[in-house]
Formats: sequence, C-alpha cells, structure tokens
Amino acid sequence: MSSTVNQINDLTQQEYKWGFITSIDEDRLPPGLNEDVVRAISLKKGEPEFMMEWRLKAYRYWATLEQKHAEPTWANVKYPPIDYQALSYYSAPKQKKELKSLDEVDPEILDTYAKLGIPLHEQKLLAGVAVDAVFDSVSVATTFKAKLAEAGVIFCSFSEAVKNHPDLVKKYLGSVVPYTDNFFAALNAAVFSDGSFVYVPKGVRCPMELSTYFRINAQNTGQFERTLIIADEGASVSYLEGCTAPIRDENQLHAAVVELITHDNATIKYSTVQNWYPGDKEGKGGIYNFVTKRGKALGKNSKISWTQVETGSAITWKYPSCILQGDNSVGEFYSVALTNNYQQADTGTKMIHIGKNTKSTVVSKGISAGHGQNTYRGMIKILKGATGARNYTQCDSLLIGDKCGAHTFPYIEVKNASARMEHEASTSKIGEDQIFYLQQRGISKEEAVSMIINGFCKAVFKELPMEFAVEAQKLLSISLEGSVG
Amino acid sequence: MSLLEIKNLHASVNGNEILKGIDLTVNPGEVHSIMGPNGSGKSTLAQVLARRESYIVTAGSITFDDKDLLEMKAEDAACEGLFMAFQYPVEIPGISNAYFLRAALNAVLKYRGQDEMDAIDFLPLLKEKMRMLEMDERFLNRPVNEGFSGGEKKRNEIVQMAVLEPKLAVLDETDSGLDIDALKIVAKGVNAMRNKNRAMVLVTHYQRLLDYIVPDFVHVLVNGRIVKSGGPELALELEEKGYSWTEAELAGKR
Repeated sequence: MSSTVNQINDLTQQEYKWGFITSIDEDRLPPGLNEDVVRAISLKKGEPEFMMEWRLKAYRYWATLEQKHAEPTWANVKYPPIDYQALSYYSAPKQKKELKSLDEVDPEILDTYAKLGIPLHEQKLLAGVAVDAVFDSVSVATTFKAKLAEAGVIFCSFSEAVKNHPDLVKKYLGSVVPYTDNFFAALNAAVFSDGSFVYVPKGVRCPMELSTYFRINAQNTGQFERTLIIADEGASVSYLEGCTAPIRDENQLHAAVVELITHDNATIKYSTVQNWYPGDKEGKGGIYNFVTKRGKALGKNSKISWTQVETGSAITWKYPSCILQGDNSVGEFYSVALTNNYQQADTGTKMIHIGKNTKSTVVSKGISAGHGQNTYRGMIKILKGATGARNYTQCDSLLIGDKCGAHTFPYIEVKNASARMEHEASTSKIGEDQIFYLQQRGISKEEAVSMIINGFCKAVFKELPMEFAVEAQKLLSISLEGSVG
Repeated sequence: MSLLEIKNLHASVNGNEILKGIDLTVNPGEVHSIMGPNGSGKSTLAQVLARRESYIVTAGSITFDDKDLLEMKAEDAACEGLFMAFQYPVEIPGISNAYFLRAALNAVLKYRGQDEMDAIDFLPLLKEKMRMLEMDERFLNRPVNEGFSGGEKKRNEIVQMAVLEPKLAVLDETDSGLDIDALKIVAKGVNAMRNKNRAMVLVTHYQRLLDYIVPDFVHVLVNGRIVKSGGPELALELEEKGYSWTEAELAGKR
C-alpha cells in the first residue's frame, strides 16, 4: 500500500509541462487603480462614451466595496490579502498594424501557440473549429470569420463588438451579471481588457464549434476577460474555452465574467478546460481564478449547459450558474474539478428556477490529491412561480492519498410545493485494491489510476465535444502525474 | 521444465509472517489445489504470486517460466502470463467491462511485442468467451463488476481469464459465494481452459469445487507450510476428517 501511495505521489508531482514565458513588447499601464486608469483603458481601446461611463460606474461601486473590505470571504479557500493597487490593469501585445492574415502575426506568438499544441494553421483545417486567440488581453488572430458571417453569426473580440455592434452590447452587457453582482464582477466591469462576443441570430444553428484559447502572459497583470454570448430565438451555439499559462512566482489575479443569454427555443453549450498554472509543489505561485459565469435562459424552452474541467489555478472560485426564467427552460452543469499539491477549489453552481416546468441537472465530480482542498458549493432555488420545477444533483468526491480534503455545501431552497428534487452524493478513496486489480490484468499503475479517474469522470466527459474530451482526459492524467504512489 | 518453482518461500503482511517456508513445483498442464483452514496462508500465497506490493517476501525464491517472479511488478507478472481470479473482484465505476478487458488484453499484447486489437476484432472474441460463461451481452457495457451479483463477478473473472489466456491461472476461492448452478458454469469454463501448456492453482477452503474441477495434486497448507501433498483423494480425506486431522498429525511429527 505504502508504495502505491508513493507512486500516486510520484504521479501527481510532475512539473507543470507548459510553463514557459514569451517575451513580447508590451503596452502596459503602471500598477494601481483609480478613475484615471479606468479612463485610460477605455481610451486606449477607443471605446464609445457609453462604455466608458459604464466602466466608471462599475469602478465607483467597486471602490466602495474595496473601502469596506467587502471582498467575499465565505468561500472555503485561503490566500493572503491581495493589494489591488499593486497590480497593473492593462497590457496588450504591441501591434504595428492591422493584421490581414495569420502570416502577419508575431512569429513568437504563433510559436507560443505551437508549444501549447494549438497551431492555428492546423486548427483551420482541423475539425472546423474557428479560433479567436486571445493573447493576454487583446485578440491577435481570428479565423473562420467569413464562414460565420455567411451564417450571420457574429464572433469577434469584445472590443470589436463594442465598436461594430454597440446596440447589441448596450442591450445585453451586464444584463445577467450586473457590475453590482459581486466584488470581482465589479472589478472586471471597470477594467476588463477584452474577451469574446458571440451573437447567433434567429433560427441559426452556428455551423461550427467556437473556441477561444486564453493565455496569461504578462507578469503581474491581472487578466480581466469578459465574454458575452447571445443566442436569439431558435438559435444554437457551442462554445469551447481552454487555457494554459506559463510558470510564475507571483500570484496572478484573474477575474473573468461570462454572460450567456438564450431567447425562446435557443441553446447555448459552454465548455471549459482550464489548466492555468497551479503553483509549484509547495503551493508557491499559481493563478487566482475568481470567475463569475452565469447564463440567463430568458426564453421559453431554451437551454443553457455548462461543462467544465478544472485542473489548474492555485485558487478557483467559480460557480457557472443558470437563471431559468423562461417556462420549460433547462439548465445543466457538468463539472470535474481536480486539486493537487496545495491547490484549492471552491466551485459549483446555482440553479435559479423561476419559470414553470423548468429543469436543472447538476453533476459534480471533485478529485483531491496531494494537499489539495476541493469544495463543491451549490444552490438550487425554486421560486414560488416555478410550478413543476425539477432538479437532479449528483455530487461525488474522490480522494487520492490522505492529506487532501473534499467538502460539500449543497443549499436547497424550495418555495413551490410541486418541485421535485433529487440529491445524491458520495465520497470515495481511490483504492489500492482497484489499482492492484487493474495491474493484475497487465495495466500499468499510471494507466490504472488514469482509468479509474476517467471512469469517475465519465458522466462529465461525455458532455464535452469529442476532441475536448480527449484533451481533458490527457490533462487529468498529466495533472495527477506524481500524485499516485 | 517446470512452469512455477517456489522454494522456501517466506512472506509477511503488516510485519506478521504468514508463509513460513513453502516449496511447490507446478508443471505445464497440471492443476494443483491448495487447501487449508482459514488463516493458513492460502490467499497470501495467491497474492504473493500476483505480486501484490503489500505482501512482502522475506526469504525464498519464485521462478515463473524461467524468470525471477520476485523481480516483476504486478503488471509485468500479468503480462508474462500469470492470472489471478480474485476472491473479491473489485468494482471500477464508469469503465465498461468491454473497454477494460480490451485495455488489459492490449497491455499484454503490447508487452509481448504483438499487434494490439481494435474494438471490431475484440468484440466477437469477448462475446464468445461470455457465452461460454453464460453471461448476458448486457454485461459488455456495464461498468466492471459494478452492481454484479457475487456469482456474476466470479463468472466475470473467468471470462477475463479466457480472454487473457494465461500460462498460469491462480484461482483464489473462486467457489466462495457461488450457488451450485453458478459453480457448475464456472467449473465448465475453467475445465474448457485446461490444456497441456496451461497450469492452474486452485486455492479453496472446501472440497466442493474439486468435484467439478478435478485437480492432479492436492496440497494442504497449515500455518504457513504445506504439511501434506497427494492426489485428488486427499481432498476427500480432508472433507471427511477435517483440517484438525492434518494439524494433529503435524503436531505428532514435532
């Protein structure tokens, strides 16, 4: 047994494979945050008046929160206080001119993507995936635009959307996550640098999966992405988001906001594979990932589905949620969260049932190894008018070794007696007997562990698009290398 | 040449010496039964053969197919052709029986430098073996052993053995928890696999199994040592007189 534990340890103690830093000239603001910084960001981006006003309102709200030290403290995570005045709030790769094609992109940037295994040229050919590559904060390459435009789909950087589709942005920005929502959402609203924007018009099924790769690559720069996806009546879209980041000593703050809106009979599927630098074996460094993701199923029969595989970050604070407003609307949350070494994750979902016959499904799989602390926090809320609402929640934890922790905080609030709720939960340890059983059939210990974990996560992986599922499985194995012994 | 040669084997679990000097030679084609009272070390012997790490060999040697078994990791022993049918087969949630078994077979094939099998070729093979053990095809896609009855788990072990075609099969208390019908099915499967190249070691507490799988040799294990060896008739004698008989005899010798 002891040597099995050792091998689990060996497996989870592998170094972060994708830690490398690209040196590119940056256009960045000095550290600190005040109204001038917010204005400067807006000016640098050449934003219209309404955008700057919105940012300033958000900043002023955030400043009152900061004054009151109203940073949320209820999550089951520990980290030293963040000095928000020590961070720089804007950085962009310098661009000499507008780019017409990928050939014009800085070869160093392209090389970085190649190291990550995301060659844009191949992406074009492969699997019909359009890639909007966000390098640090500014989009440097967008592909497949023509084909999407043909279908009437708008897929661009947030900055472009602000310039070219201000009416849509004005109408939907902050309609799901207002800047008053929480501390980090307010901060994001004030200083967000860029992100993605998607609008799928009435009756259009987006002809391809949309994907964005994020990468944090400017030292000491918080990354503040903002994504807004709207599926109009009868439209549908599947959006993939995946990230890796280079090794860092300093903790890096990331506070993203994602808003999804579905009108009648529309569907949005949002998938994430997150692999940001988790810190070293002693828990030094790593990304702080404080994200607000929420979807509003506004229209009847509409559907919002979140799938996430979270393996990175030193601290994860993230609750992709659904507001089920339209009658018969559906919300889904499928999650795998892995914490190894000294990683901490407090993640889960909120399902707010407002409309009649609304349905939600929550499947959460938490894996803890090393000294990792993994918390599921979920809220299912059935409001008075949500007659016939249904929820199914399944919440499983898997422990590897004896120094990690798994915690579960499910909240259920039901105001309508016709609601049907199911909640299942389990906690198990990866067994030496399971590993030995597979070994006795000829399967190596590493593969045995990987197989057991993939089995544990199966219900989530099957929700991911095919290529993403394969990637996610690899990522889990890599993330656990060194922890199984 | 013998397939398995155990010499003066001593082994401990959690610091307690369980095996205290075992000698056993198994030739290809032979079926040996290891019998003994509870706590005599039968299952320990099986686990040591399967190279479970928590079972520490403190002295002696084991040669398997001309190689030093004690140098092998569990997965290497398996790939070399040593199979153990578990007394308590383990559940692997989320992994289908078919996927698991193909992964196992391919691990073995790869180790031997042979071509791996794709799902299209593998499925008919697996189905054929399942028919032999009278297992419904729905077990193909069910997670390994999850929700299986005791008898289904044991039959599933023999299906695995039939797919992996080991040189040496160690069956650890395969009869426990089986009703008579299931026992007959399992015995039929095991007997179908007997041939002149394959050897088997049946670890069992009761003589009942040996009515259906008739061994060439029976060994009685008491307190970590083989105290008596003989032919199949020894099992009947044990059934009649109980293990206390061998223990008494052993005490008399001292």
